[in-house]
Amino acid sequence: MIRVILPPHLRTLAQVTGEVRVEVPGEVTQRHVLDAVEQRFPMLVGTMRDRGTGERRALVRFFACEEDLSNEPPDAALPDRVATGEEPFMVVGAMAGG
Amino acid sequence: MSGVRLLVGTRKGLFILTSDAARQDWKVDGPHFAGWEIYHANGSPVDPDRIYVSQSGGWFGQLIQRSDDGGVTWRQVDHDFTYAGEVGDHLWYDGTPRPWEFKRIWHLEPSRTELDVVYAGAEDAALYKSTDGGQKWEELTGLRTHTSAPKWQPGAGGMCLHTIILDPVNPERIFVAISAAGAFRTDDGGVTWQPINRGLKSDGIPDPDAEVGHCVHRIAQHPSRPDTLFMQKHWDVMRSDDAGDNWREISGDLPTDFGFPIAVHAHEPETIYVVPITSDYLHYVMDGRLRVYRSRTGGEQWEPLTVGLPQEHCYVNVLRDAMAVDTLDECGVYFGTSAGQVYGSADSGDTWKALVTDLPPICSVEVQVLP
Repeated sequence: MIRVILPPHLRTLAQVTGEVRVEVPGEVTQRHVLDAVEQRFPMLVGTMRDRGTGERRALVRFFACEEDLSNEPPDAALPDRVATGEEPFMVVGAMAGG
Repeated sequence: MSGVRLLVGTRKGLFILTSDAARQDWKVDGPHFAGWEIYHANGSPVDPDRIYVSQSGGWFGQLIQRSDDGGVTWRQVDHDFTYAGEVGDHLWYDGTPRPWEFKRIWHLEPSRTELDVVYAGAEDAALYKSTDGGQKWEELTGLRTHTSAPKWQPGAGGMCLHTIILDPVNPERIFVAISAAGAFRTDDGGVTWQPINRGLKSDGIPDPDAEVGHCVHRIAQHPSRPDTLFMQKHWDVMRSDDAGDNWREISGDLPTDFGFPIAVHAHEPETIYVVPITSDYLHYVMDGRLRVYRSRTGGEQWEPLTVGLPQEHCYVNVLRDAMAVDTLDECGVYFGTSAGQVYGSADSGDTWKALVTDLPPICSVEVQVLP
């Protein structure tokens, strides 16, 4: 199971309180993790990625293992510690504003 | 009448204010959708407990919420506002072509007669319709693909479709307004559209009389006179008596004719309200005084309404969707400010009272009279 930490607004939409866990078939990539999250929580479709292009929304970031993976190719393998469930995949609202 | 409900959309959530018909004591409920921008919330004239909410934010985009119990519970409905077919280009601020890009829903307009029919106005400008209570949206593409669309250009607030008026007599007729393209009308249910901007003059565009390019801020209509429209433009308050085919200025003796909202009294079709602000550069009321102006002559002659409104050190604005009137025998008038106050009048504007202060900046105010 892949551990995913959603930002507060998305936890509210998904009606969850803590970390969520999703089954990711096949290789554990950013795309597959987000596909699995959206499948389990369809209300989140379009909130992390553009629903037409699949591109990350501009003010959404993806962190894991203290690394910013936001600009990594969506089909690149995520770190092993995410794939094994040791570390969570974090969806983060970017720092924005002044 | 059991009461009145205000739907107040703010930069940080939705607030619902309720009162009995006396409209003196108000209960404030909220925030709903805390932390999200609520550009608009609007109830169905068919069933006031059916409420739609445009919920958006810079981080996570656009959502639509719906309530079937007057705002007690909510459920998320569809928020796929994909442009249909070829996207096309409009003009960007620098005059170069730029593809349409969806940003948010500015306005939701439920049908006057069909519970599950609702329209949504988008930035970048497009009109969507749902016939199943928001479960699925379809674009009425005839507007965005109008031959003038490549010449449309955003105003400072974005290229937003912010006004939707469903004609009370002719179900095939819809009016919309877009900043800064202008006003448009369809007479065939949204298949084809025509610009209705003749008579508008805008110094901020190269051809002041152009067919499109006018920054229309808001249009209002009284249901008993569907061919009469009142418009608050970037500058100028305007009037049409032929469904928008021709406009004439009615700014008259207003101290300034720049502003955003305009509303018509529920029972007096020649009584209209505006909230003038200083200028396009100074988006706050003049001289530190919050004054609603009322005309009881369909324009030209205006009177300031000040009783109960701050008359010193006040520097607020009232946005285009943030004024509404109720339909009780003594018409109620309501507006919300950029500083988070909601003011209400239970006597057609003669006297005012702050219903709540210190909310987040207010984007929209709608009112419902509850059976």
